[in-house]
Amino acid sequence: MNTYSLMFAGVGGQGSLLIAELTSLAAVSAGYDTKQTEVHGVSQRGGSVETHVRFDRVEKVHSPIITPGEAFAVIGLEKLEALRFAHYVDQKNGTIFINDHELIPASVADAEKIYPHETIEYLKSMGLRVIVLPASRMARDLGDGRMANVVLLGALSTILPIPQDLWEKTIKLRIPAKYLEGNLKAYQAGKEMMS
Amino acid sequence: MREFLLGNEAIARGAWEAGVKFVSGYPGTPSTEIIETLAMRFPETNPRWSANEKVAFEEGMGAAIGGLRVLVTMKHVGLNVAADAFMVFPYSGTNGGFVVISADDPGMHSSQNEQDNRYLARVGKVPVLEPSDAQECHDFMIAGLELSEQFKSPVMLRTTTRLAHHKGLVEVGERREVEKKEFVRDAKRFSVPIYRLIRRPEVEKTLNALTAYAETCSFNRMEHNDNKSIGVVTSGIAYQYVKEVMPNAGVLRLGMTFPLPANLLREFCSQYETVYVIEEGEPFIEEYMRNLGITNLKGKEIFGLIGEYSPGRLRSALALGDPPKPFTEQVNLIPRPPMMCVGCGHRTVFAALKQLKVTVSGDIGCYTMGALPPYEAEHTTFCMGASIGVAVGLEQAGHKDTVAIIGDSTFIHSGIPPLIDAVYNKSHLTLVILDNSATGMTGSQQNPASGKNLLGEETPKLDLEAFCRATGVSSVEVVDTWQRKEIVNTIRRAIAYKGPSVVIARGPCNQLPEIKKRHVIPFIVEEELCTKCDACFKVWCPAITRTEQNFPVIAAHECTSCTVCAQVCPTDAIKLAEAFA
Repeated sequence: MNTYSLMFAGVGGQGSLLIAELTSLAAVSAGYDTKQTEVHGVSQRGGSVETHVRFDRVEKVHSPIITPGEAFAVIGLEKLEALRFAHYVDQKNGTIFINDHELIPASVADAEKIYPHETIEYLKSMGLRVIVLPASRMARDLGDGRMANVVLLGALSTILPIPQDLWEKTIKLRIPAKYLEGNLKAYQAGKEMMS
Repeated sequence: MREFLLGNEAIARGAWEAGVKFVSGYPGTPSTEIIETLAMRFPETNPRWSANEKVAFEEGMGAAIGGLRVLVTMKHVGLNVAADAFMVFPYSGTNGGFVVISADDPGMHSSQNEQDNRYLARVGKVPVLEPSDAQECHDFMIAGLELSEQFKSPVMLRTTTRLAHHKGLVEVGERREVEKKEFVRDAKRFSVPIYRLIRRPEVEKTLNALTAYAETCSFNRMEHNDNKSIGVVTSGIAYQYVKEVMPNAGVLRLGMTFPLPANLLREFCSQYETVYVIEEGEPFIEEYMRNLGITNLKGKEIFGLIGEYSPGRLRSALALGDPPKPFTEQVNLIPRPPMMCVGCGHRTVFAALKQLKVTVSGDIGCYTMGALPPYEAEHTTFCMGASIGVAVGLEQAGHKDTVAIIGDSTFIHSGIPPLIDAVYNKSHLTLVILDNSATGMTGSQQNPASGKNLLGEETPKLDLEAFCRATGVSSVEVVDTWQRKEIVNTIRRAIAYKGPSVVIARGPCNQLPEIKKRHVIPFIVEEELCTKCDACFKVWCPAITRTEQNFPVIAAHECTSCTVCAQVCPTDAIKLAEAFA
């Protein structure tokens, strides 16, 4: 199987779609056939958002949708959302990246009490390869907590076959000038966490 | 040149390349990005948001008989609104190419029902094209206009959520201007009701010609395989799942699914032992094939009717293995329903309705979320504009405590006739119009109440209060949607009013570009004054969370300065950051 399947999971407003898009564009610029699709509910913000990215150098990518059990990586921008989509990971060869960050759903009664705080331990106990990153904290230290997504992107980039210069080129093309410097730092910080 | 495009962007690009000179539509997921892309990148296609889909369709119909190439866009339920025009257009036929997008939503990601509009097309005798990827979204858009001109028939381009909302690489071209067709006044062709008996046989003639065309057209494609045990008939995005899951099957991919090619289907099925019919939505192709007397078929009985298809679903149905299920055994995988944005002006209205303990007849928009906790203050929602008629009916059934609630865009779309009707039939209707000057749920598009059009140009702003008074409503009150006490009092007065009454809760949607851009001074919590009474948590603002010491804290970059939390703080501990500094 030459197709790389990636599942980006987060909460509306966290920017999971943005890093999925950056990954797709980097894959396109590296010459891969690429497809991407997102699934979200009725509203602009606050709900669960999943974005599927698939790319392949040799063969045509047919389905934009990933099948559970085949993702090379699941990228969770939040613990509950990482858990919701963890079963998409290829349990032998895949990796789950998790931002060590909790967003309690406001529209669920007693959410704080019933939230799965023990997600990371649980997924590790299932024998899955889980990489936990304090991406939100790192992004805050770099000046803006919203860049947690790009910290995760930096970490993800280290396990994908796309050349490093193409990642940076893509970020420069896609991120507005005003936010570029911070995001490049966030990307770098994520990368360094993996070295 | 190749671009990485959404299905919807590819359709927009195709329309531009094909020389389209008029585009109309009403926002609706998953169709919205087509017109947004045209406005942003290809304004020479003359795109607009119309008041509703029927208006959009009729404007498009006029432009097309007037000689232009036309695109009209809507979601599946939008075609119900436009159905009156849709059904009659084939009677006159078109001059310029006319393509209507029907964006169906299997899985109901953002819709009130599942509806396979190929059936509507069959009723209307309108040919249907179904692309299978972003490239074909682009190509079929162009080919659809040519088909429309060749047969003088409107054409439906049916997309589904996955097709419209997936991105892929698309080979694109340049714009080609097309000469305007001549419009000749011809009542015998364009005044259908009077000349219906002349026009009726013409519809069948066109349909027969299209049926013959379907047998040989390049939209339908056979991909034969030497192994003749399994063949697949498929359409739309499902073709991609078939290629992935059953790479060795022979495939008949139908890119044109109405009218269907009887001979081609018979020929294909005769070559394979078993034929699977794999189509998202209803068994539209399958039923047709069964009616032809083809019996070596398997379809909906194994792949199912409800929801989206996926490669995993096909694998399960074909007994090729079940993909893993979500991890839920030892952990609590709680749902995360969407919620109203930080600073959304709808919150105060739902808090008031909850407090007043009334029955609420709701409508289509972000405010459907008022049915969810913590408010649970919306008790019926059906379709665009239904809030008012349903409230009138509930009143007749003795439920006099009913309040109807509708957004500005939905009111303009289809709330106006029911309001006129409520007044005319002496209802005591209480109507709250949530006027945020935007079509919020689909991404805050402009509408006649915004004072701006799609291209951002100034345009007369609909005077909602004058309009409501003109219908005969004598009590019309306007209130700032962020003034919580005033909202409660105004709605209470409106309910008590003897006669129909309207409350307009006004305040712009925070997702509007000009509102997003504005400089906001956030509110902050002065911990020395805070008694941790939790009153501010009860406004349910997602920007308010707790510190480790259990004080409320407001996320500065999320705060919209709506003031609602400050209004409820009994110790005035919530202050503008500037005042605090």
